Amino acid sequence: MRAYSPKNDVQKKSYYNDRFHVVPSVPRADVQTDEVFLNDLTTFKEKFTVLDAYLEKGHLVIIIEAKNNLKAVKFLKEKLSYDMMMELSAIDYIASRQGFEIFYEMLSMSKHKRIRVKCFIEEKEELSSVESVFKMANWSEREMYDMYGVKVKNHHNLKRILMPDDWYDYPLRKTYPLQGDETAQWYEVDKIFGKEAREAIGPEIRDGAAIDRYDTTRFARLGHEVPYGVDITNGKEPEHTPLAYQEEGGVGLFGVRIIKELHEDKSVQLKKRR
Amino acid sequence: MAQHKVNYLANGGAPIVLTSIDKFINFGRSNSLWPLTYGLACCAIEMMATGASRYDFDRFGTIFRASPRQADVIVIAGTLTKKHAEFMRRLYDQMPDPKWVISMGSCANTGGMFNTYATVQGADRVVPVDIYLPGCAPRPETLQYALMMLQKKIRREPASKAMKRKRLV
Repeated sequence: MRAYSPKNDVQKKSYYNDRFHVVPSVPRADVQTDEVFLNDLTTFKEKFTVLDAYLEKGHLVIIIEAKNNLKAVKFLKEKLSYDMMMELSAIDYIASRQGFEIFYEMLSMSKHKRIRVKCFIEEKEELSSVESVFKMANWSEREMYDMYGVKVKNHHNLKRILMPDDWYDYPLRKTYPLQGDETAQWYEVDKIFGKEAREAIGPEIRDGAAIDRYDTTRFARLGHEVPYGVDITNGKEPEHTPLAYQEEGGVGLFGVRIIKELHEDKSVQLKKRR
Repeated sequence: MAQHKVNYLANGGAPIVLTSIDKFINFGRSNSLWPLTYGLACCAIEMMATGASRYDFDRFGTIFRASPRQADVIVIAGTLTKKHAEFMRRLYDQMPDPKWVISMGSCANTGGMFNTYATVQGADRVVPVDIYLPGCAPRPETLQYALMMLQKKIRREPASKAMKRKRLV
């Protein structure tokens, strides 16, 4: 007999290991190799502390202190003409570094250069809003708050943007289960019917492979339709449901059939369009 | 005199039709099913195509209404998110009885490929569904078929039964 191995956590484990797999990493280059970036970095360094700076796929990445984020972004926009904020968000490093990495991806239309400003904050630390410099930060910061729970200071309307206002927890954190915690799984039931309806409605069916061919309350049986809730177990399943485009007994008006009756055995399937 | 004589018993000759009340009411109900103009995702594109001239929902007496107060069918066409479930239920509650629900496509039936925290795993967790329509997305013909099945279902049941309080979900 085969040795028993527990199967309940099989989805969490990776069942395939490539011994020779190398985790891809983006090669980093020195800032010295790009003149424009080097000038920008030198100007930037005169005003702010730069913890690290390197080139990645033609982008300049600079890592700054989180308290300087608003001033740094403003400086980059006004003095170094990085005039567009393309994207800003957070990356969850709670497990390894107890905090979030915040990145601001900026574009200079005149220099045709992209720069990425990064900073690190602790999990509960607050971050200044850059909404006053870039209007687009309004929604991005709300999304960051919605998905990661990063609190942003001086944002005029910091509330959830995608999830409902009464949602519990932050869905894009690594610790958040994909199929939701208990509040998420019962969210719509609790909200619409109340907690006492949980028993009547039952838990969600999360198994994507769950098929009950005898369940006549939840499944469509195209071509094999049976009325709702009819018992079809123990061989009571209809072998063939006749094509049912027509009424039983036909559609009649003044005792005359107005639509020709369909005989399934005499019907033909067209091979090509007429 | 004789030329005005009406043969009430002859087929097709009578100006009178005899039928039962149930049949008569169901004839009216099933042939003017007015769905709510309500689309959630890509299935709504197919639903719109079904309503447009090529597939022509109109010939079933099915005209999309922009208000739930005038509608008696709601086609849940697309992914129902947990945030939206509440509003879907409210629209359903606003529809006058008797009312029916068609769950269109995999997402509305079971949550489909969105096996995630934000998607309702089947619209039947929120409203009582009459017709489950498989497909991703179902073609307009399939939606027409679903409508015909719904018409059959309506004609089959006694007219007074539809006035009974529907099951919760």
